[in-house]
Amino acid sequence: MGRHAAWPRLLRSLPRKHTFLVVKLCLAVATCLVANWIGAPAAAESQPIKIGYLHGPLSKEKISLIDIPAPNEGLAGAQLAIDDNNTTGSFLGQRFELIESKIAEGDDPASAVKALADQGAAFIAVNLPATQLLQAADAGKASGEILINAGAPDERLREQDCRANVIHVAPTRFMLADALAQYLIVRKWRNWFLVSGSHDGDKAFADALRHAAKRFGAKIVAEKEFKDTGGARRTDSGLAEVQRQMIDLTQGVPDYDILVAADESEVFAGYLPYRTWTPRPVAGSAGLVPTTWDAAFDQWGALQLQNRFKKKYQRFMTPLDMQLWTAVRIVGEAAAHANTADAAQLFAYIKSPEFSVAAFKGQKLTLRDWNLQLRQPILLFDGRNTVSISPQEGFLHQTSELDTLGLDRPETKCKLR
Amino acid sequence: MIGIGILRHFGLTIATLAAMTMPSHAYTAYVSNEKGNSISVVDTEKMTTVATIKTGERPRGIEVSRDGKFVFVATGDDNTIQIIDTATRKIVGELPSGPDPEQFALDPAGKFLYVANEDDAAVTVIDVEARKAVAKIPVGVEPEGIAVSPDGKIVICTSETTSMAHFIDTTDRKVVANVLIGSRPRAAAFKPDGSELWITSEVGGGLSIIDPTTRKITKVVRFTIPGLRAEKIQPVGINITSDGKLGFVHLGPSNRIAVVDGTTHEVLKYLLVGQRVWHGAFTPDGKYLLAANGLSNDVSVIDVASLKVIKSVQVGELPWGVAMGSK
Repeated sequence: MGRHAAWPRLLRSLPRKHTFLVVKLCLAVATCLVANWIGAPAAAESQPIKIGYLHGPLSKEKISLIDIPAPNEGLAGAQLAIDDNNTTGSFLGQRFELIESKIAEGDDPASAVKALADQGAAFIAVNLPATQLLQAADAGKASGEILINAGAPDERLREQDCRANVIHVAPTRFMLADALAQYLIVRKWRNWFLVSGSHDGDKAFADALRHAAKRFGAKIVAEKEFKDTGGARRTDSGLAEVQRQMIDLTQGVPDYDILVAADESEVFAGYLPYRTWTPRPVAGSAGLVPTTWDAAFDQWGALQLQNRFKKKYQRFMTPLDMQLWTAVRIVGEAAAHANTADAAQLFAYIKSPEFSVAAFKGQKLTLRDWNLQLRQPILLFDGRNTVSISPQEGFLHQTSELDTLGLDRPETKCKLR
Repeated sequence: MIGIGILRHFGLTIATLAAMTMPSHAYTAYVSNEKGNSISVVDTEKMTTVATIKTGERPRGIEVSRDGKFVFVATGDDNTIQIIDTATRKIVGELPSGPDPEQFALDPAGKFLYVANEDDAAVTVIDVEARKAVAKIPVGVEPEGIAVSPDGKIVICTSETTSMAHFIDTTDRKVVANVLIGSRPRAAAFKPDGSELWITSEVGGGLSIIDPTTRKITKVVRFTIPGLRAEKIQPVGINITSDGKLGFVHLGPSNRIAVVDGTTHEVLKYLLVGQRVWHGAFTPDGKYLLAANGLSNDVSVIDVASLKVIKSVQVGELPWGVAMGSK
């Protein structure tokens, strides 16, 4: 501290025209000092561990104005994890860098993957749809790129289309549906009215909910599809119209306990709560939503991460931010424990039984060795508060209760290669 | 069988009566109430709350000065450590703790106080008499537990996301060693003879025993309680008896305290206490351990000789920790 205090005095003692030069010099010295401090107390300056973040555009088509993503959603989570990795790394002589790469919707990511590989990023956190993710994985295979899927929930990426060089941090649709189903079963809300959207993602989530109902003993007493004919989302003075639409949609079905909506595309589910024909709660894509994170979650030290995030980015941390934080932390955690910067060794450690990562979920998170999916508790969020966390008590499993969420080892179609 | 049962019952009653009526020295326990924004003052002879002191927002970490004249309490949401005069029970000053102080520790001489700044990845060193921060030492992400070695030469700070115990040299105030430990380390405590350092891990679910000389983990003690899910067993506070023979590890939402053999490190017993037991303190004579139960708003009194929970004392809302002073 005393050292810093000396600078202003030095500045004052210099003729005015030299001041600018001195400021520049100071900045250079300060940069060196910071770099040194980050590297300390390692004897030699180590090579940084570079992590790529490959992503497409974020969808702005949201039902609620509140849900429109910040431009740095996801990226901010990755950056914060880099900071956290570097704080830990400063005690081990390890340094981490993030390289962002953004591609357009539907673009082949091969050249972006190659560019990241050329810059020395062996691990790439990815938020891309399934098709692009597979293209990226295959493009990076020869050069030994390891992808961490932080966005795509598709089962097929962990099943028939699984890849040996892709780790999955994002939970699957089946994991999310199972987490919700367990809670509804515990509450004894067994009779579901399933309303699904007409897009592929909606249908896939509806399949996951049907699978979960069967698995945990819920009954789907009625099903309807909401066709996306365009223009359903926010329109001026559309409220009256929407209200009538939702009443019509939810009429004429047998009595049910809860309406379960599958609407990943955000076309209608957000309009369901308080607009159903009979007064029933809503879950799934609106109402009670299964997720990896919410801004109100404060258990198991999560408040500290929320504070750290808010302080740095002046906004709440979202599920996507958390998934990227976790993806980048996995590399940092492996580097600290395996004590290496070598990508192949890091990947081997991540796949070993010794590996685990803490992500404020009250227990350590590990990888399913058959498809490299991260096991994780799932939060149930009502839009204001965390209602519960699944797996629910009483859903038992011979190896890990977390494996009561999603497809289990005996059911897998994945052959890692 | 019946005879033995009666005898046992009789024996127990006598022991309990004896414990209640023995002319034990009277001490004063100060319990920080995280939600009550207060300190409950407990008379350890009567084992009742005799006064309540209003504090700042979210009081958690609590210590009594070596001379017994002051209570220090970290009021996290006020970003300060408040000083309370034990004679008048009034707030008489503040210590510049840095942001969001939770756990802190005094050195053996009572001259310096070391605070973990959770949101700042730093440890603040405070000169107690001057009431000034004299150093800020960078540590890992989310520093949590703090302990000073009995000889005062080393301060331990655990960092939760970094999962390390940082060894800080108190002379030049620098981190001299880092030990990687189980996920999300919480509290740290030295055996009174300085031969072992104990650290609890919230997610690792265990207690790491570290040799402070070699700075290596020599053993990890695991806690399993039949019928309880692993994530309910969250080891937090540690209290080791002055002879080093027994350690009490507070297991949070499992509502139990594990009694650990100080030599073999075996778990001898699980004591059922109140809800979400967090931190505790021994009476200065070592006879009782008082443990703060956050969710049941009480303090469990444990008889150290018989390893039995003998009483529950009602305190304020969400009790967090306990510090001991003279009457």
